[in-house]
Amino acid sequence: MTADSSPLEEQILQWRQYLRRRRAIHAPDVEELEGHLRDQMAMLTEAGLSGDEAFLIAIKRMGNLDALSREFAHEHSERLWKQLGMVPEAVDGSGKATRTETLVVFCLAVAAAVAIKVPVLFGLQLDGDEAFYARNASLFVLPPLAVYFAWKRGLAVMTCVWLGLAFACAAVFANVFPFATRSDTEMLSALHLPIILWLVVGVAYVGGRWFAAERRMDFVRFSGELFIYYVLIALGGGVFTAVTMMLFNAIDIKADWLAGDWLIPCGAMGAVIVGSWLVEAKQSVIENMAPVLTRLFTPLFTILLLAFMATMAWTGSPINVKREVLIAFDLLLVLVVGLVFYAASARDRQKPPDLFDGLQLLLVVFALVVDALALLAIAARISEFGFTPNRVAALGENLILLINLAWSAWVYARFLRGRSSFANLEQWQIAYLPVYSVWAMFVVVFFPPVFGYR
Amino acid sequence: MELGKDLVAASATPLVLAILAEGDSYGYAIIKRVTDLSGGHLQWTDGMLYPVLHRLERQGLVAAKWGTSESGRKRKYYRITKGGRTQLAFQREQWQVVDSTLRGIWMMKAYPT
Repeated sequence: MTADSSPLEEQILQWRQYLRRRRAIHAPDVEELEGHLRDQMAMLTEAGLSGDEAFLIAIKRMGNLDALSREFAHEHSERLWKQLGMVPEAVDGSGKATRTETLVVFCLAVAAAVAIKVPVLFGLQLDGDEAFYARNASLFVLPPLAVYFAWKRGLAVMTCVWLGLAFACAAVFANVFPFATRSDTEMLSALHLPIILWLVVGVAYVGGRWFAAERRMDFVRFSGELFIYYVLIALGGGVFTAVTMMLFNAIDIKADWLAGDWLIPCGAMGAVIVGSWLVEAKQSVIENMAPVLTRLFTPLFTILLLAFMATMAWTGSPINVKREVLIAFDLLLVLVVGLVFYAASARDRQKPPDLFDGLQLLLVVFALVVDALALLAIAARISEFGFTPNRVAALGENLILLINLAWSAWVYARFLRGRSSFANLEQWQIAYLPVYSVWAMFVVVFFPPVFGYR
Repeated sequence: MELGKDLVAASATPLVLAILAEGDSYGYAIIKRVTDLSGGHLQWTDGMLYPVLHRLERQGLVAAKWGTSESGRKRKYYRITKGGRTQLAFQREQWQVVDSTLRGIWMMKAYPT
């Protein structure tokens, strides 16, 4: 280096620190860009320019840092996730947009809360017509939620029409079948309808661009965060309800009806909207929780499955095939898929495989083995069972999750051996998302007539 | 000549892949190769190459590895993958279709240049 390198180094250092402050540009990227800057400068100095001149030209060629930062953010949108929602207000300054949004959210939350009370006007009481409310629960709250996203993302009119049609179809299929009282197919319909409608909300969330994989992943992140926010709000709501009852009890007035008929159902509906808004607006306040939980629980579940298999092998006690056993294993698979998914959503895709990835693969493989054991046990006795709607639904779900996990394990193994990039796993999980909804649609639409509404 | 933003974006992938197909390379050398190949007509804003490279890496079309430069600094080297070569062949076909179509229409009428 020449004698004037010292002030020049200072300038490069400043430039580097300036870059480092951008959230979308990580330390390795800064290093890469700095290498480029130095190469360029070396070339220019060789051509006869002074160090300072070379620095200025190299900086200029590098381009506008704001534009560059935007490009990085575009490519690594997961890095920006933490600061979304704060930026528009800061730029806007007036806070008018925020106030409008608060108003919209408030109105939609009230709309959802009112929606669940509307059927009462037609004589359908919460206690007495539980089946009706179970079937329609998602229809009270998810349309307002979709409206919120349609408004926020500025959806095209045609997309809105399609979303509206989807909700209308769902309403028809939820209510048109003559279910027998306490029928299994009715419960299945109530359980599966939200899965379909959540996909519809997803289309609104991604602004109609369902095929942009990155946006879809954002929707998955959103779903995880919403769940956590919802649980938090529900805890608060529980405390609120308990205090309400206690206070009125103190003056000898029974307030049970207030809690059971109003606070809990209306609160449960409104909380979905408010929770979604919080996730949208306050993403940066709380760090993404879902990935943290996966980090915590992946090792625990891996150990649990290992212990379970070891106990089975040691004691030789086979899986006792009872009514709920299939559902229990379905839940296990759902959990494992969730753990894989949220670990993937938070992962820096450019990092090489590490110990945690190995652990994830182990978890998936263990889950596959345990589930295979359960399926074997069930298959051995399927003739005694006969085919009830519950069993067919549980078996179908088991199969869908099994396929997902088997392929995930394969992709994961390839990734660990360096044969494929991590993005493949993510793409597989994202591409698989609609399968769940299609199956749910199948259950809602075809199961009741096929099984005679029992 | 200043190319439109969209055209630059669209041509970046095949160009980078084609250059990497000649041999492993790194950011600065790729930019330089583009400038040389185009006779200086195609000037990229240097920084913009890196998001493109990172996207290709995410898509599995190229693989990256940290190495050291001649001067001993850390440097990120890029290598085209098998998938990248397939993609390159695919894009090449597409560009040839566009190219031949445009040629056809340029020939039919004498456009003022």
